[in-house]
Amino acid sequence: MAASTLTVPQAEVPMSPHLRGRVGMWCLITAESAIFTIFVVAYLYYAGKSTGPTPREVLEVPIFISICLFSSSFTIVMGEKAIHRGNIKLFTAWLFATIILGAIFVGGSLREWYRLIYEDGVTISSSLFGTNFYSLVGLHLSHVIVGLTMLSTVLIFALLGRVKQEHAERIGVLALYWHFVDTVWVVVLSVVYFIAR
Amino acid sequence: MLDADSISKPMFVPPEGVQARPWLDRVHEWIVTVDHKKLGLMYLCYGLLFLVIGGVEATAMRIQLALPNNHFVSPQTFNQLFTMHGTTMIFFSAMPIVFGIAVYLVPLMIGARDMAFPRLNAWGFWMSALGGIILYFSWVGGSGLYGAGGAPDVGWFAYAPLTSPAFSVGHSTDYWIIGIFVSGFGSIATAVNIITTILCLRCPGMTLNRMPLLVWLNAVMAFIVLLAVSPLTAAQVMLLIDRYLGGHFFDTQAGGSAVIWMHFFWVFGHPEVYVLVLPAFAVLSEVIPVFSRKPIFGYSIMVVATLAIGFISLSVWAHHMFTVGMTSYANAFFVASTAAIAVPTGIKIFNWLGTMWGGKIIFKVPMLFCVAAVCQMLIAGLTGIMLSAAPFDWQLGNSYFVVAHFHYVILGVIVFGVFAAIYYWYPKATGRMLSERLGRWHFWLFLIGFHLTFDFMHVPGLLGMPRRIYTYDTGRGWDIWNLIVTVGVVFQALAILLWVVNVFGSYYKGEVAGNDPWNAWTLEWSTTSPPPDYNFATIPVVRSARPLWDLKHPEDPDWKYE
Repeated sequence: MAASTLTVPQAEVPMSPHLRGRVGMWCLITAESAIFTIFVVAYLYYAGKSTGPTPREVLEVPIFISICLFSSSFTIVMGEKAIHRGNIKLFTAWLFATIILGAIFVGGSLREWYRLIYEDGVTISSSLFGTNFYSLVGLHLSHVIVGLTMLSTVLIFALLGRVKQEHAERIGVLALYWHFVDTVWVVVLSVVYFIAR
Repeated sequence: MLDADSISKPMFVPPEGVQARPWLDRVHEWIVTVDHKKLGLMYLCYGLLFLVIGGVEATAMRIQLALPNNHFVSPQTFNQLFTMHGTTMIFFSAMPIVFGIAVYLVPLMIGARDMAFPRLNAWGFWMSALGGIILYFSWVGGSGLYGAGGAPDVGWFAYAPLTSPAFSVGHSTDYWIIGIFVSGFGSIATAVNIITTILCLRCPGMTLNRMPLLVWLNAVMAFIVLLAVSPLTAAQVMLLIDRYLGGHFFDTQAGGSAVIWMHFFWVFGHPEVYVLVLPAFAVLSEVIPVFSRKPIFGYSIMVVATLAIGFISLSVWAHHMFTVGMTSYANAFFVASTAAIAVPTGIKIFNWLGTMWGGKIIFKVPMLFCVAAVCQMLIAGLTGIMLSAAPFDWQLGNSYFVVAHFHYVILGVIVFGVFAAIYYWYPKATGRMLSERLGRWHFWLFLIGFHLTFDFMHVPGLLGMPRRIYTYDTGRGWDIWNLIVTVGVVFQALAILLWVVNVFGSYYKGEVAGNDPWNAWTLEWSTTSPPPDYNFATIPVVRSARPLWDLKHPEDPDWKYE
């Protein structure tokens, strides 16, 4: 039935299946943004309504760990470029740097929490501020930890020699998530340490 | 390539002499499957099972309310019944059913072989299933070791501070939180999957403006799920923090706010209505053209109206809170946005009417359900506009008028749409037709029952009967109306019984359907019934919105007019 066969140039398909990881990640980021929005709205709504120590008394702007987290976006971009060129060794090095920077952020945050809990007595149940602070910052921190887990998994595979140039697209999807985690920290940092202080 | 041969012949015929495999093997195959058709059917069966369970709960409530001063169930059980009925119907019946329709049909309609992430698809289904099991486990396990509680009894929107540990002793509320939380992850996963499938897996030639409307509407539905179910998930985390870690989000004594829970819940709750109703609109937009023998009237306007509904639906939530007391500016905004969403919905109604206008209408059972749904959407929309006016809502908020209004949407449009979908696509999924005669009995009994119940439910609401009351005294003028409402349930239950008989009976004895029993135009009818695992032997290529029309009418194809 050649006469009834319908042919159309392939160019009319706007997006190809190999981009599905990226599209899926953007969808996930949309959903995650909605989750963070709710916690941010609660934080802003409750700002100044709490008893106990105020944020101004106990919070210090975490400059160093924030710089570390923001730089990790740069290192992972460099890693992406390396794997696109097929330079796995360089990719592994940049990936390792990213993980270290992320780990410093986690460590710094936990140190801040330790100080807040044991020196200032701010816990999740001590006051409304504590509830909001640990929930919002903790939600972000848990995302950093999930990102670190995924990056470390890739690192292990890279060290075992299982990561190839053909995985560049997948690394790109993971990098997208990591950029999202960094971007959220811009919002959380400004809300918690500046706007609602 | 899509050609006439592939339509007339089945693509795969099992070799003769092949034995059916043992049933345990087949069960195993369904449990581990990642095939979108199997998962779609599992979603549907799961949702329909819970539809029956939720229906039984509703029936128990209606028996309790049929007569004044009745004591069919205890007040505690009554609270559990309306909580479980609402939660079940929204999260474990309606959501799985609309996801089932989407997951089954979207890949077939866009000419794909599966969803973009087949394993995520399975994960989403099993998470939803787990959520339902957790919720229902509360009935046996909810009292825990303390002997307090049973099923959740805080209402389906679980207002604070009723959910605080002081007022909700025991674990029943925790089962409610975790059940919804878990199924929420499944919903978000499936929404991600639907959007990605639609954006990335369309067959060659299927541009966005050639997608069937069902695919368009489900894309918008999935997008609303991303933006609406996520806030609910966040709110459930907050509630868990309050209940288990001593947090103060909704603890008014420590500066928290009970009203903010309402906002967070309804930021989910109202878009959710459109999550459920858009797939029903999607079914109407596919079935009405085929049974009017005309292409859909105003395709692009339908798409624009859908996008408008999706957009506006995110900004109407606080009309659930007029009676709580907001500033007059907030009231004015939410009155305006709520009234505004009636415009794109009205456009859709006119488009369906425009499709039927001048068509050769064939009143088969799917079309009957669709025509009824269009009429009922009009009435549900009109009572919606009445309630959108804040002063009117102050009078009737939390009355049976509201209950009647939203059941008109959920039953009158969504459930009717779902039945239309089942009668329309059952032949595709099973290879056999549902009985037309039983179907007509089902339709008319259900229609009569629906109108007896929900038309007359408006009246006690107008007379001042509040929702969620356990019983009422005689002499308030509510008695006769409540009795009529309950009598309607009998008709609906009978109709559902006939439908169950039809679904099971036709599976074995129904007339063999063939590939394209309705002479339809979308791609799913070009493959066998049921479709093979790979859907299409070769990936189809399309040139218009009605590829099968082009194929059947080479002398006058649609693409000439594009």
